[in-house]
Amino acid sequence: MGDTLDFTAACPIPLGQYPTIQLAHGGGGRLMHHLVETMFLEAFGNETLRARHDSAVLPRPAGRLAFTTDSYVVRPLIFPGGDIGSMSVFGTVNDLAMSGARPLCLSAAFILEEGLPMETLWRIVCSMRAAAERCAVQIVTGDTKVVDKGKGDGLFINTAGLGVMEHPLVIAPASVRPGDAILLSGDLGRHGMAIMSARQGLGFEAALESDSAPVAAPVLELLAAGLEIHCLRDLTRGGLASALNEIAQAARLRILIREELIPVRDDVHAACEMLGLDPLLVACEGRFVAFVPSKDAARALAILNRGQAGAAAVCIGEVGVESPPLVVLQTVIGPSRILDMPSGEQLPRIC
Amino acid sequence: MKYLDEYRDAETARQLARQIARLATRPWSIMEVCGGQTHSILKFGLDQLLPERITLIHGPGCPVCVTPLELIDQALEIAARPNTIFCSFGDMLRVPGSRADLLSVKAGGGDVRIVYSPLDAVKIALENPGAEVVFFAVGFETTAPATAMAVLQAAHKGVRNFSMLVSHVLVPPAIEALLSSPDCRVRGFLAAGHVCAVMGCAEYEPIAARYHVPIVVTGFEPLDILQGVLMCVGQLEQGRAEVQNQYARAVRLTGNQPARELIHRVFTVVPRKWRGVGEIPRSGLALAEAYAAFDAAGKFGLAARAVQEPAECLSGLVLQGRIKPPECPAFGHRCTPEHPLGATMVSSEGACAAYYRYRAPATVNAV
Amino acid sequence: MCLAIPGKIISVTDGDALARMGRVDFGGVVKEVCLACVPEATIGEYVIVHAGFALSRVDESEAGKVFEYLKEMRELAGLQEGGP
Repeated sequence: MGDTLDFTAACPIPLGQYPTIQLAHGGGGRLMHHLVETMFLEAFGNETLRARHDSAVLPRPAGRLAFTTDSYVVRPLIFPGGDIGSMSVFGTVNDLAMSGARPLCLSAAFILEEGLPMETLWRIVCSMRAAAERCAVQIVTGDTKVVDKGKGDGLFINTAGLGVMEHPLVIAPASVRPGDAILLSGDLGRHGMAIMSARQGLGFEAALESDSAPVAAPVLELLAAGLEIHCLRDLTRGGLASALNEIAQAARLRILIREELIPVRDDVHAACEMLGLDPLLVACEGRFVAFVPSKDAARALAILNRGQAGAAAVCIGEVGVESPPLVVLQTVIGPSRILDMPSGEQLPRIC
Repeated sequence: MKYLDEYRDAETARQLARQIARLATRPWSIMEVCGGQTHSILKFGLDQLLPERITLIHGPGCPVCVTPLELIDQALEIAARPNTIFCSFGDMLRVPGSRADLLSVKAGGGDVRIVYSPLDAVKIALENPGAEVVFFAVGFETTAPATAMAVLQAAHKGVRNFSMLVSHVLVPPAIEALLSSPDCRVRGFLAAGHVCAVMGCAEYEPIAARYHVPIVVTGFEPLDILQGVLMCVGQLEQGRAEVQNQYARAVRLTGNQPARELIHRVFTVVPRKWRGVGEIPRSGLALAEAYAAFDAAGKFGLAARAVQEPAECLSGLVLQGRIKPPECPAFGHRCTPEHPLGATMVSSEGACAAYYRYRAPATVNAV
Repeated sequence: MCLAIPGKIISVTDGDALARMGRVDFGGVVKEVCLACVPEATIGEYVIVHAGFALSRVDESEAGKVFEYLKEMRELAGLQEGGP
């Protein structure tokens, strides 16, 4: 689902004067100060940022802290259903949520390439503001650097996030138990196929949108209901296959899933068939798997599906007992096969 | 998706498998020619549905796997040149040459682009008049019409900065080469459905007759493959050796006339070296004299250098169906998709890659 | 080899034979495809597409035959064995 962003707010940097980012915008001098004040502070404006310290000073929350970081290098910068900015906010918020933490605040560091259109940067910054509002987090500190033209792919963003655990659970692969139900929060493959559809040469006619979205809210609802969550993992690069293999390896347990239970939208299915890709290996950005005791599965699904139009959460399998740890998939035809850890990026094929 | 998903119906698959079990009174070894069929068999676990007395042998129908090492090295040389845009299907990007692959050339700064259609490469040439654009024309007869059209379009539009490195191969000579080997165990064939959609089925008649083997033109979905096996077993049990068409919804016996005309217009038949197998006479396509200007090997003055394969790589034996990938000592140890010794471990439909991805060491069938 | 999938022709732009292109709908994803090799194919028909090329028209009457064949087999087996 793509938010319609409000771009009616015009770029505060006078575009006639500075249509693109220049090296001096990272130089620490007047131009950089101008960029930070009129663009970043304007967009992210909050008390902590406005203090303009070298560090953000925060009150210590009660409870264990969760801390995470991620860098975002997606190409193209703006794609159907999102952009590098919203992705950088949602992605880090989601990582915090996967430990069961309530997201509190983020940092945002920008590496800009000389020549990046100012309008593009403003649009991405607005997108980050909207994303942060949606997640009820603030961007409290940041950094700006500019690299020479040709050294930067337009824009790289790093976000780090702090969150607080408001429960006593240890949500990690080590907590996974044989018999646990494996829940999947929604359909697969939208993000990866949206990116591919936006790349030249493989162009489809529109309509495939990324599923880039925050997943903190449903996780917090599960926690608020007092459910015993054993493990959470958001699906990013490498899709479902990657996430399940990582957990199986870390938990030293076998995972068994059934292909017929895994939701894939018709258009994603079609795009994958066309390019010879497996939706189970395609990147998502707003999906996660949850490992819960089987007795809690039905209740967990009811909570996840409450008020959600489409994107239905389902149970796709269970944790087995055996070692060596593998992810075994029962195919739609009946026999089983291995769902292996993806090796490198899936490439489209014609053979 | 219509005309696709219904051929993945589980109940119908089980019924076909039961029919095959009823019909087969003796052990039979059947080769599925096409890598796409191998991929389907392993991805859906079709071989597990078949009775033990039916053995599927995986054939050499992976054009990526059989592209000679020398040609990969030529591709890498071109791709590394300045002011050159090298266009390729995604399939070829990780295939190892002597020292590198296209993906690492890209990482090193070469302009390597994935295209979905050869026509996209012509478009890139038109959009980049200052650069030399080279297309890696890999594939069986299925892909040749598209490549031919790209050449004709480039000729028609007077595009001077476009050429292709041609590695097209033909299926029937490969099947004959396999059958003429004295220790060939294959008793029947599932022929490549999409190749036959272009070429028709007639070329297989003399092969079926000469070697007394049934040849069933088969599709790629689970029900297609199972029905193909059923039809083949039916013939074997009756001692028949005919060409049958399982994939009739897509294949006409006469094939696709306009497509074949495109091929004949642009290409000539030449001997071709198959990686891991050796040279097979009249098994490749090269650009006809009239279109020599579009031949990258000529344009860039590339000499064919004989290259040694790593001795450890047994992909040739895999491609000929003599061994299954897990029987190779390097499989899963010194040879994995991350560091492959040969093309069969890299290509998405190479038998080694399929086994590595879909079958764990000795454990899955126990599930 | 030869990953090719079925799609429905939803529009055709007739140029000369070299340029006959069409838009094909693959279960919700639409892509431009070269129709030069299927000159009789019309809007609404299904074609098999490989690398941006339509290589054959789907014969709808043949398409269902595997299911009819099995139905016959089941009936035959039923007669022979006195049960399913």
